[in-house]
Amino acid sequence: MSGSLPTTFFEWLIFLWEKYYLDFLRGLGVTLELAVIGTILGCLIGFLVGIIRSVVVDPGSSRMSQVAMSVLKVILATYVEIFRGTPMMVQATVVYYGTMSLWGLDIPSFAAGVLVLSLNIGAYMSESVRGAIGGIDPGQIEGGQAIGMSYAQIMYHVIMPQVFKNLIPQIGNTFISAIKDTSVLNVIAVTELYFAAKSVAGTYYRFFETYFIICVIYFILTFTMSRLLRILGRALEGSRNYELIVDGEGNSEGTNV
Amino acid sequence: MSELILQVKHLKKSFGTHEVLKDIDFSVEKGEVISIIGSSGSGKSTLLRCINMLEIPTSGEILFEGAPVSYRPKDKNRFRSRVGMVFQSFNLFANMTALQNCMIGVQIVSKKSKQEAEARAQEYLKVVGMSAYRNARPAQLSGGQKQRVAIARALCMQPDLLLFDEPTSALDPEMVGEVLAVIRSLAESGITMVIVTHEMMFAKEISSRVVFMDSGIILEQGTPDQVFNHPQKERTREFLSRYRQG
Repeated sequence: MSGSLPTTFFEWLIFLWEKYYLDFLRGLGVTLELAVIGTILGCLIGFLVGIIRSVVVDPGSSRMSQVAMSVLKVILATYVEIFRGTPMMVQATVVYYGTMSLWGLDIPSFAAGVLVLSLNIGAYMSESVRGAIGGIDPGQIEGGQAIGMSYAQIMYHVIMPQVFKNLIPQIGNTFISAIKDTSVLNVIAVTELYFAAKSVAGTYYRFFETYFIICVIYFILTFTMSRLLRILGRALEGSRNYELIVDGEGNSEGTNV
Repeated sequence: MSELILQVKHLKKSFGTHEVLKDIDFSVEKGEVISIIGSSGSGKSTLLRCINMLEIPTSGEILFEGAPVSYRPKDKNRFRSRVGMVFQSFNLFANMTALQNCMIGVQIVSKKSKQEAEARAQEYLKVVGMSAYRNARPAQLSGGQKQRVAIARALCMQPDLLLFDEPTSALDPEMVGEVLAVIRSLAESGITMVIVTHEMMFAKEISSRVVFMDSGIILEQGTPDQVFNHPQKERTREFLSRYRQG
């Protein structure tokens, strides 16, 4: 033995970082990858499910499509309730080991992790989407109907642009949560940041120092993201001004009162 | 030779056990300007909403140009593109400018080109005196301005019939005038209109026919002179006397 192992807390931090920083960074890479893919897929799922669950079935449409729609809504409601009502760590193990023992499928743990994270984010996001759609003044729907727009056209051109804009902060928050939530995927051996730390911690039995390091990494990551999102949010708000357009005839146009 | 645009036959509408419309018979001829008056809760707005299929009647029949209307989504949208509606609460699209509000229906419902939609939108924004505000969003406009844009949006569809559901009820007194002036100029231009309103002087002045509704039935109808100056029913006299005092 070299006998030159660190003795103080700070020495251990430096020692572990210098020795294992590549493992930490690799773990960080996987964490970010999971969070990005999970948030994108989760939002897609969330918007899809939220939109479908918000559909107001036209009483004038065929009986078949009305029944099909109710069945679909029940299925989606079940999905949302299950994924919101169970811990993600448990979902991860059930999906990972379940696919193996039920169908003999050996899906890579990273793929299982992405699947669980996306479905989890999708369930929560769909509820936000549903709430945001319900929060749009229903008068706008009638306004669209009154000029002959179909429900789909009203959703696409009028409702969803407003819903999406209102949900941008929510999507940012979801991404930040996803960064933290990926840590539970270590239970199915996804080699993300927490998993990397677990391996490092066991080598020298320095648990506090190792987890302190990733604690700092997680915080730097989420804090940077939340600042970036705030800047982005301000940029998206845009100008509140508009230009009056005075034509050749000035204000003398049309009906003046 | 007058031409019937719309016929409503034995229309009934209930919300739960509450019967809002009881056996309404009502028709609109081309070029008519009809005002529907009556106290709140008499069923005026519900009648208008049934005509535009925002409510489905409990029973009865609605004929448009002689043919019964169909509630199948496609037919319904085609019908609505020909029957415009202006709401009490404007119902403009919050994510679009005044110009875009007017263009969207022309583009995606009437399937016209962007250039044509824009030209038409400009034209009707000018009619309602809102051309200068074409790039403003609804949140940046006053109530009266919003309602004028909403009227332009309805006009852009070049409807055969235009329905107004209390177009000035959500406006403060100073803005009522600007909206009524627009509707008055439309009435003079010969567009067929049905207006639910509480503005009695206005109804008397611009209507070719006045319909008085009370508790879900049409109690009395006729020329403005008949209804306002020589009402036949006691209930009509009672209703009108409140406005005379005011």
